[in-house]
Amino acid sequence: MDRFSVFSARLVEKAENFTSGHRACQGCAEALAVRLVLKALGRDTIVAMSTGCMEIISSPLPLTSWKVPWIHNAFENSAAVISGCESGVKAMIRKGKIPPKKINFVAMGGDGATADIGIGALSGALERGHDMVYVCYDNEAYMNTGIQRSSSTPFGASTTTSPAGKVSIGQHTQKKNMAAIAVAHNIPYVATACSSFPFDLMEKVKRASEMPGPAYVHILSVCPTGWRIQPNEAIKYGRLAVDSCVFPLYEVVYGKYQLSYQPQRIIPVKEYLSGQGRFRHLTDKDIEQIQLSVNTDYQKIVKLSEEV
Amino acid sequence: MGKERKGVEVSIAIAEAVAQANVDVIAAYPITPQTHIVEHLADIVANGELDAEFVPVDSEHSAMSVCCGSAAVGARTFTSTSSQGLALMSEIFFIAAAMRLPIVMALANRSLSSPLSIWNDHSDVMMVRDAGWIHVFVENGQESYDNMFCAFRMAEDPNVMLPVAVNLDGFILTHMIEPMEYEDDELIKQYLPDFKMKNVLHPDKPVSMGCFGMPEIYTETQMNREVGVRDSYPHILKAWQEWGKLTGRYYKPIETYRADDAECCIVTMGSYGETAMEVVDALREEGEKVGVVKIRLWRPFPFEEFDKAVLGKKTLIVIDRAISFGGPGGPVASELRSALYKKEGAPTIVNYIAGLAGRDVSRKDFRNIIIEGMKKAASGDTDGFTLYALRG
Amino acid sequence: MAKPMEQITWQELEIGAVVTEVGNARQYETGTWRSERPVVKKEQCIKCGVCWLFCPDACIVRAAEGHFEADLTYCKGCGICVKECPVGCITMVSEEE
Repeated sequence: MDRFSVFSARLVEKAENFTSGHRACQGCAEALAVRLVLKALGRDTIVAMSTGCMEIISSPLPLTSWKVPWIHNAFENSAAVISGCESGVKAMIRKGKIPPKKINFVAMGGDGATADIGIGALSGALERGHDMVYVCYDNEAYMNTGIQRSSSTPFGASTTTSPAGKVSIGQHTQKKNMAAIAVAHNIPYVATACSSFPFDLMEKVKRASEMPGPAYVHILSVCPTGWRIQPNEAIKYGRLAVDSCVFPLYEVVYGKYQLSYQPQRIIPVKEYLSGQGRFRHLTDKDIEQIQLSVNTDYQKIVKLSEEV
Repeated sequence: MGKERKGVEVSIAIAEAVAQANVDVIAAYPITPQTHIVEHLADIVANGELDAEFVPVDSEHSAMSVCCGSAAVGARTFTSTSSQGLALMSEIFFIAAAMRLPIVMALANRSLSSPLSIWNDHSDVMMVRDAGWIHVFVENGQESYDNMFCAFRMAEDPNVMLPVAVNLDGFILTHMIEPMEYEDDELIKQYLPDFKMKNVLHPDKPVSMGCFGMPEIYTETQMNREVGVRDSYPHILKAWQEWGKLTGRYYKPIETYRADDAECCIVTMGSYGETAMEVVDALREEGEKVGVVKIRLWRPFPFEEFDKAVLGKKTLIVIDRAISFGGPGGPVASELRSALYKKEGAPTIVNYIAGLAGRDVSRKDFRNIIIEGMKKAASGDTDGFTLYALRG
Repeated sequence: MAKPMEQITWQELEIGAVVTEVGNARQYETGTWRSERPVVKKEQCIKCGVCWLFCPDACIVRAAEGHFEADLTYCKGCGICVKECPVGCITMVSEEE
């Protein structure tokens, strides 16, 4: 089955473990990503989630959108919390305190929770080798608190704490490469995905959960509110991000890079950037600079994929 | 009970107790002076003497987070820390109590920075007074060993469901070799039932833990917690009663020594109680009517028992092991002053802050504190606090 | 069925404020948010399920006749289904009409 075709929607798991009634913005591709991730994992899943958009919109006491066991504890520690769940269940099964059962242990956090405040806990969890999946929902800023920059905000993006101004281009650093950091921990599986490519995403999450040991999945989650695009364009911009090679889709299996998708026609980054309000201040020169770095970074992944 | 007593380093005994309690998950980060506890547990697990997941975490913040995840799935969970580690994990420390996760901690009391100090005082535990944990203070090795079991029993009691910290003075207790009577595994099995929690994270019966609270509902969650802490009190006492029945060693929230007819009592928490008792014996020989009041249960505070022990006495000399800057001085003294406010027969309180960061407080020092303290009480010089043995 | 938040007493809360009625967020009808709604031309619908797949609110349902349509109780009117429909058989219609 071609992972990038959407015409096999009828084969997808029907059960909704992330129910309607959640309070995500209209057109939130991150909520879509959560929905798809749960379809891939099924109901035998325990989720530990960081504070952030998804946590807030899905759990206003006394209501919850979650039909799988779910715990929110704090912002920076979902990787540590899930390590505890995994360790506890593992010990109890081994000691005969509870019956054996294959459970997916999944930590979920945004880019801020993953790349900034929670990077220590994530690194620890990956190093300790827990049988878990860490899913990072990357909407490229601290969206829940009002669009502040994170280390995952791309170069040139305007956020409230890296605003474009008379003497500033907005974010002046390059996006932190969390996938590479995860790979550096020598874990069995790392992947990038985007909710605009739902089948690819679901396959990767399923594969991540089946790999023994830690797995890391980085999902580009388009945020119409924060990126300043129309709500109905969330899927379109995810495709543009991938087709312009700004966000390449790949897997790294036991250290071996595998490109999942090479666009037949690579779109110029200008097409990706120009429709987004957060980039509207960029000059042609800025966009050229971005195009160069996108090309370089993409070629690095291509080269790594070609290595035997 | 006529058992053989052997000399064991208190940290080792604590580790052995945790192993006898058959914990499922241990998650801890090393910090002086707790290291021997965690190291010995690692040994016990590595030799297959305890079947548990030993999770060597990346920070104390992660330690408490792992403990929360582990308790949330219904596993028996233990951790240990001190000072800076407690400060770093304090965010999650508060959350653990709010989420009613029964975690047991051996808190090796150590001074907070700055300046960096590895030595003992109570500034670390005082920092988390309001977190909602149960706090027990122990005075010697046997108490440390015993109270590990009592802590699990209290924490996991369905009528309690609160995390418990057993506070022991760093170095003064953790690194001392003390005479210890171990109980056998059969007795422990009798005392500690299997841990069964009402709501656990498991696909068979999914729940959502840690939802966020709007202003419309948050207040109610806090009342629910406060009542939970208060209502845990009789069950805490029961846990100690049951231990006493099995071992002959009974623990109470307030314990007194020669206090019944004492006009002046010295109030201690932790290992200072032992020295205080010796000094009181000496002073009694000289005709001074003095006694010791020991606070064993710090939270939930035993208001009734405390009143019973002190109302009608003339003076209380409260030894604090921490200071609240710009505030009323020592935390214990200020809480006791507040507990006694407007009560009939309330004694005068004189506050000494002593032994900060492990500075030795000898028997001579205790004696000075009591004599000086009584003089201060007599002359009405009872405001604020005195920092004992300050140079300058 | 959870009581409205502002009516819950402290005694009614589960220990640790745990929520045991999973998926009860469905009590909150997000359909009141929208200012326009998607309308499907049933005869043109090829029943591919793409709209269902891409809905962030999981509120596209299969009608008895086999075509897909929005569940107006929850539909926020984001318009993703309109944009992604491969045959363009969905249009947004203003709620004022």
